[in-house]
Amino acid sequence: MIIYFMCFILFLVGLYGMVTRRNLIKIVISFTIMEFSIFLFFALIGYIDQGYAPILSQNVPEQATFVDPLPQAMVLTAIVIGLATSAMLLAIAIRLYKKYGTFNIRKINNLRG
Amino acid sequence: MTHLVPLYVILPLATAFLIPVIGRMVKGFQKTLFSAVLLFLTVLTFYILFSGVDQPVAYKIGGWEPVAGVPIAIYLVMDGLSALVLLIISLIGFLAGFYAISYIKRYTAENNFYALLALMIAGMNGVVLTGDMFNLYVFLEIAVIASYALVAFGIERTELEASFKYQVLGGVASLLILLGVAMLYWKTQTLNMAHISQVLAQSENNAFLTFTQILLISGFGLKAAMIPFHAWLPDAHSSAPAPISAMLSGVLIKAVGVYALLRLFFNMFAIDFQISLVITAIGTLSMVIGVLLAIGQWDLKRLLAYHSISQMGYVVIGVGMGMILLVEGGDRSVASLAIAGGLFHLINHAVFKGLLFLNAGAIEHVTGTRNLKMMGGLFKTLPVTSTTSLGASLSISGIPPFNGFFSKLIIIVAAIQGEFYLLAALAVVVSIITLASFMKFQRYAFFDQPKFSKKIREVPFTMRFSMIVLVILCLGLSLLIFPGVREIILSPAVDVLMETTNYATTTLTGM
Repeated sequence: MIIYFMCFILFLVGLYGMVTRRNLIKIVISFTIMEFSIFLFFALIGYIDQGYAPILSQNVPEQATFVDPLPQAMVLTAIVIGLATSAMLLAIAIRLYKKYGTFNIRKINNLRG
Repeated sequence: MTHLVPLYVILPLATAFLIPVIGRMVKGFQKTLFSAVLLFLTVLTFYILFSGVDQPVAYKIGGWEPVAGVPIAIYLVMDGLSALVLLIISLIGFLAGFYAISYIKRYTAENNFYALLALMIAGMNGVVLTGDMFNLYVFLEIAVIASYALVAFGIERTELEASFKYQVLGGVASLLILLGVAMLYWKTQTLNMAHISQVLAQSENNAFLTFTQILLISGFGLKAAMIPFHAWLPDAHSSAPAPISAMLSGVLIKAVGVYALLRLFFNMFAIDFQISLVITAIGTLSMVIGVLLAIGQWDLKRLLAYHSISQMGYVVIGVGMGMILLVEGGDRSVASLAIAGGLFHLINHAVFKGLLFLNAGAIEHVTGTRNLKMMGGLFKTLPVTSTTSLGASLSISGIPPFNGFFSKLIIIVAAIQGEFYLLAALAVVVSIITLASFMKFQRYAFFDQPKFSKKIREVPFTMRFSMIVLVILCLGLSLLIFPGVREIILSPAVDVLMETTNYATTTLTGM
C-alpha cells in the first residue's frame, strides 16, 4: 500500500514544482515528474505479487499467475504521447526564450485580463 | 453502414499525412484535399443522420469479437449524439478550412497549417466516436497537441505565451483524465465504456468511484474551460489564427470537453444526484462569470472568447437540469426538453461563435487590429462582414428569429417547468448582458466614425463564402424547433442521453 502513497507524493512534488517554479524549463520538468507518477501508478495497477512477466515460455510453470499486460501496453502508449507533449512544451519554451531573452515567467506577461 | 464509421478517423488522418508529403510538390494540393475530405465527411454525416441513428452502430477495430461476453476490441460507436457532434465538427471544419484559403496567405507554412488542422479533426472525430476509455485519452491528446501547435502558429510573443499557458493547463487536464482512466481500470478491469457501465451497475457506489468522477470532471472541465478552470481559454482562443479560433471555440471545447462529460456521466456512470448538482453549479458559474468578465474587454477576440465560456454555461445548465430531473424522478418530458435545449444551444453556439471569430479574423485581416477602440465605420467598407456579424451578434444575444433565441427559450422554459427559478432568471439576465456587450461590438466596430485613413477593401471570396454560409445557418437552424427537422437531427441525440443505460446494452449486444 505504501508504494501507492509514494506514487501520490511524486505527483504532489510535480504539482508543487509546477505551481511555484518560475523558470519555464523547470515547469516542464515538474510536469514530466507529474506525468511519470501517473505512469508509475498505471504500472502498479497491473502488478501482481509473485506474478510472472506475461510472456509464455518454457521456464514458466503450468499454474503460474501473470501480471496484467494491459496497463503495461497503456503505459507504453502514454509514454509516447508524453514524449510528444514534452517536446512541444520545450520547443515553445525555446521559442519564448528567443523572443524574450529570459526563461522567467514573471517577465513573460503580455497577456492579462 | 458499420464500415463507414472508421472513415471519420482514417480520412482526416490520411489527409494530415499526405499534405506534407505531396503538398510541397503539387501546388494547391493541401487546400483541395482538405476541403474535399471535410465536405465528404459533412455529406456522409447528413446521410447517416437521414438514414436514421436510432440504434448505436459499433465498429470493432481489428474485427475482434467479444470473448465470453467481454469486449476485447476497441469499439467505435456511432449513435445520435456522436452523429450530432460529428456534424458540427465536419461542417465548421470545412468552413474554417475554406475560409483559411485566403486568410492563411499571410503565414508562410500553408502545408503545416492544413496538416495540423486535419490532425486536430481526426483527433476530435476519434474522441466523439470511441467507446473505449484509453482510446478516448489517445484521441484527445492527438486533438489537443495539434491545437497547441496551431495556437502558436503565428510564433509571435503573445501566441507563444498563450500556447505555453494552454499546454501546461491542458497537460494537467490530460493527466487528470489519464489518472481517472487508471482508477476506472483498477476498479473494473475493463476499458470499454459500455462494459464499464455494466460492471459499475453491479457494484455499490463508494468513495473510490466518487474520487474517479471528480478527477474526470476536473479533467474534462479544464478541457471545456468551465469557470474555475477557464484561465487558458481567453489567451489561447484570442491568439490563434482566426479559422483556428473558430475551430477551438466552436468545436474543440465541445468535442473534447462537453461531449466527453455528457457521454461519461450520462452513459457510463450511473447518474447521480451530487454529480449532477456539481455539473449544474459549474455551468451556472460559467454562464454568469464568463459574461461579467467579457464586459470590460476591448480586444475583440478576447471578448468573444469570454462569451464562449458564458455560452457553454448555457449548454451545461441545460443538460445539468435534465440530469437532476432524471435522477430525482421528475417529469421526464421536462428533462427531455432541458437536454434538447442544451444540445440545441451546442449546435447554435458552434455556428454563431465560429462565424463571430471568422468576422473578427476578417476585420483583423483588412485593418490589422483587434482593438475595438481603433476600429469604427467599417459598415460601408466591409458590407458582407458587417452584415454577417450583425446576424451572429443578434443570434448570440438571443433575438428572434435567429437560432440563439430558440435554444435559450427552450432552456428557460425547461428551467421554469422544472422549478429552477433562479437559473431561469440568471439565464435571462446573462442574455441581456450579452446583448449589451454585442451592441458595444457593433457600435465600435461598424457604426462609429471611420478611423482609417488608408484604403480598405472587402475580404476575398473564400472568406466571404464561409461567413455567408454560416449566417444562413444561423437563420436556418431555427427550423430545428419544428418537429419534422428536429426528429432527424436533434431527437436521436436527446434520446441517447435520456435512455442512460440503453447505450451500454445496445452497444454490447446489438451487433
